[in-house]
Amino acid sequence: MILDSKTPEGPIKDKWTKHKNDINVVGPANKRNIDIIVVGTGLAGGSASASLAEMGYNVKAFCYQDSPRRAHSIAAQGGINAAKNYQNDGDSIYRLFYDTVKGGDYRAREANVYRLAEVSVNIIDQCVAQGVPFARDYGGLLDNRSFGGVLVSRTFYARGQTGQQLLLGAYSAMNRQIAKGKIQMFNRHEMVELVKVDGKARGIIARNLITGELERHSAHAVVIASGGYGNVFFLSTNAMGSNTTAAWKIHRNGAFFANPCYTQIHPTCIPRSGEHQSKLTLMSESLRNDGRIWVPKHLEDAEKIRAKTLKPTDLKEEDRDYYLERRYPAFGNLVPRDVASRAAKERCDAGHGVNSTGEAVYLDFSAAIQRYGKEKALVSGINQPSLEKIIELGEEVVEQKYGNLFQMYEKIVAENPYKTPMMIYPAVHYTMGGVWVDYNLMTTIPGCYCIGEANFSDHGANRLGASALMQGLADGYFVLPYTIGDFLSNDIRTGPISTDLKEFEIAEKNVSDTIDKLMNIKGDKPVDYFHKRLGKVMWEFAGMARSKEGLEHAISEIKTIRKEFWENVRIPGDKNEMNTELEKAGRVADFLELGELFAKDGLERTESAGGHFREESQTPEGEALRNDKDFAFTSAWEFVGEPSEAILHKEHLEFNDIELKQRSYK
Amino acid sequence: MDLTLKIWRQKNSQAKGKIETYPISDISEDSSFLEMIDVLNSNIIHEGGEPVAFDHDCREGICGMCSMYINGQAHGPMRGTTTCQLHMRSFKDGETIYIEPFRSGSMPVIKDLVVDRSAFDRIQQAGGFVSVNTSGNTQDANAVPIPKANADKAFDAAACIGCAACVATCKNSSAMLFVAAKVSQYSYLPQGEVEAKDRVVNMVNQMDKEGFGNCTNTGACEVECPKGISLEYIARMNREYISATVSSEK
Repeated sequence: MILDSKTPEGPIKDKWTKHKNDINVVGPANKRNIDIIVVGTGLAGGSASASLAEMGYNVKAFCYQDSPRRAHSIAAQGGINAAKNYQNDGDSIYRLFYDTVKGGDYRAREANVYRLAEVSVNIIDQCVAQGVPFARDYGGLLDNRSFGGVLVSRTFYARGQTGQQLLLGAYSAMNRQIAKGKIQMFNRHEMVELVKVDGKARGIIARNLITGELERHSAHAVVIASGGYGNVFFLSTNAMGSNTTAAWKIHRNGAFFANPCYTQIHPTCIPRSGEHQSKLTLMSESLRNDGRIWVPKHLEDAEKIRAKTLKPTDLKEEDRDYYLERRYPAFGNLVPRDVASRAAKERCDAGHGVNSTGEAVYLDFSAAIQRYGKEKALVSGINQPSLEKIIELGEEVVEQKYGNLFQMYEKIVAENPYKTPMMIYPAVHYTMGGVWVDYNLMTTIPGCYCIGEANFSDHGANRLGASALMQGLADGYFVLPYTIGDFLSNDIRTGPISTDLKEFEIAEKNVSDTIDKLMNIKGDKPVDYFHKRLGKVMWEFAGMARSKEGLEHAISEIKTIRKEFWENVRIPGDKNEMNTELEKAGRVADFLELGELFAKDGLERTESAGGHFREESQTPEGEALRNDKDFAFTSAWEFVGEPSEAILHKEHLEFNDIELKQRSYK
Repeated sequence: MDLTLKIWRQKNSQAKGKIETYPISDISEDSSFLEMIDVLNSNIIHEGGEPVAFDHDCREGICGMCSMYINGQAHGPMRGTTTCQLHMRSFKDGETIYIEPFRSGSMPVIKDLVVDRSAFDRIQQAGGFVSVNTSGNTQDANAVPIPKANADKAFDAAACIGCAACVATCKNSSAMLFVAAKVSQYSYLPQGEVEAKDRVVNMVNQMDKEGFGNCTNTGACEVECPKGISLEYIARMNREYISATVSSEK
């Protein structure tokens, strides 16, 4: 099978407009006869459900949480990018496109990224019209800030809760349609299988998480918007329930899975504290606007700090190593996430780490507090302020900007980050890889679409900060609602799809058999035991640095864990009731397969690119070294049984509007 | 640290529930309250029992999924904190801790500590939105400046995470703080003005239909709200409601 991205012809800036004019649309009267299933209600799924229902389609939306408003998009802190150029710093659609392709280390599809940049401006207009309370300046206009990997201020934000406000905007748009009966909402339901009829996606099997009942739902198209697979690492900044099950089920049914090894390890998370840890908490990248990252320059100081015999605040300026500013003078603390994470790991591996585990670096606000304090003193007309006064005023300014993040840090770590530097360490945050989709966001299964983090499409090998929210809403509000019509225009005479078809019966039987199998293992280890073991293997051998030996080891180790899981997992309770262990078991079973494909993908890609760092492929300075001659392609994997035996299909990436260069942030 | 846990166990919405006692030991002070329950559940599974069901998801204090009373307080003893952000260092070694589901006639128990908060969704569906289609052709985002003070107040109200601690803690089981937060968010923004009257009337009517009680200004909701939503918004909603009913053209 040859992968066809269906990218329209013509100059890049006209492709999307031309495509919208060329594709088929479904008339208003026919939309009423067409059903669409949307799985997931985050920014992508929520905005898609609302938009499709507004257009007139009948939407059935599913989420595993108790309300669509709980989807994990809600936890995104920092902001959303848009090429509005309100700050007059030379931003443009082209510059956002360029930054995103470069930030993704030239492994994204140009046409998709350009479209993303193009519709980014509509997103902000749309959200403001919905009543999303973005931050504003004293003139009443929208405020912006900067994120890593760019040299302009194009990030719109709502304090440290941008994701929450955008999601509540999409949720409110959904509510308007739920009230009209155009969206049927299924809370506490999990998609557990895709149903294909005549090769087309025509429905799903969902498990009602309250009663345990398996339900058949039919539609003319199925949209997967179930988010990323970061929880394959067990510890990540994802929600506890975030999973790959919906995406993995369509993969098993014929949807190719692209670039699974492209994972984003976010540089600023609160370091882990012990074995009991269930998840990691992010400290927004926006903190890098004002925080300076450092470790002790001398090993003996680092040892003393780890032993708690030396305080970081007592260390003199010349004894500190501001390693990002030293290595990357142009971008300093605002280098992209993959670069910042690797630099932290490099320092900690060299013995300069600052907490008891040796895996933490400092994020220090003292310089910012003094800078803001002096400014505030001047503005307030205080002449020759004392150092105490400057610090007091500076802390007030920092509190206004980042108060909720500082408070969160203090709750978790029990240290005051205004007085002593924060400790941070990289953690798994986002997955750029995902289900392969064409320009229309359709997977390799006709009628099955994939949007948001669940697909692979826009971020290449590394995502820039504040671009996930942009992509989720772009896909859901402005791309999918148009492109899905092209497929559905063939279905205006189809009529309702019956759930009595034998395809539904078979799919339901398979799910039911798998559940029985899981319940009957009656082993002696809980699900988390296997999930934690998988996570450790992934972090150690497929985390921030990867090697041939490590990845091969990971594949064989994951096979072993998977075998043991199916022999020895214990799921208490009954299948016909709310059973949280059974839910987890189904998700971990899929992670145990995905992890193996992940390692396989990393093994095949012997170059370094963005979040994928192969130790064998680096520059003399230790930077990631791409190999454009052999690897300028997207790896799309076809499921055939054992994950590591999946068949590789290549989508070659052409760069006509951007020159391929080794990425430099120096 | 070693603790004694007294936890509400209830098989399903029809079953009768009761408090069960679970001793637990070797809990780290640095673990969160929910991680402590993870450890308990792992122990229970090892001993062949059924783990305690509880709602939780993001574990960073923003999704609003976690609920439960801890020693009679919604989200436990710390102010401005969801259960997932509460850490064991807030408790003493040897302490006995009572853990129960949120109680309200409008939020029935589904299992153990899991309750049904879908009434909140239905209130939002009654009017918690601005009727604007996603055409992408709305006016430019900066076309209408909004005074910073109003934008900030709208944000403060919009910070509500819909956890229902306000209902759980109110002696009247009132959802006024929750509803007021949404009504106020839109009332501070020009985009919300057009539908303001219908919105407040419809949302309040739905709230009454769900069986939530009225507000008697005890202010408990504001104290227990993990996001510090102010009681002033209830006053604002009352004003909006009265002016809407007096001036309604229907």
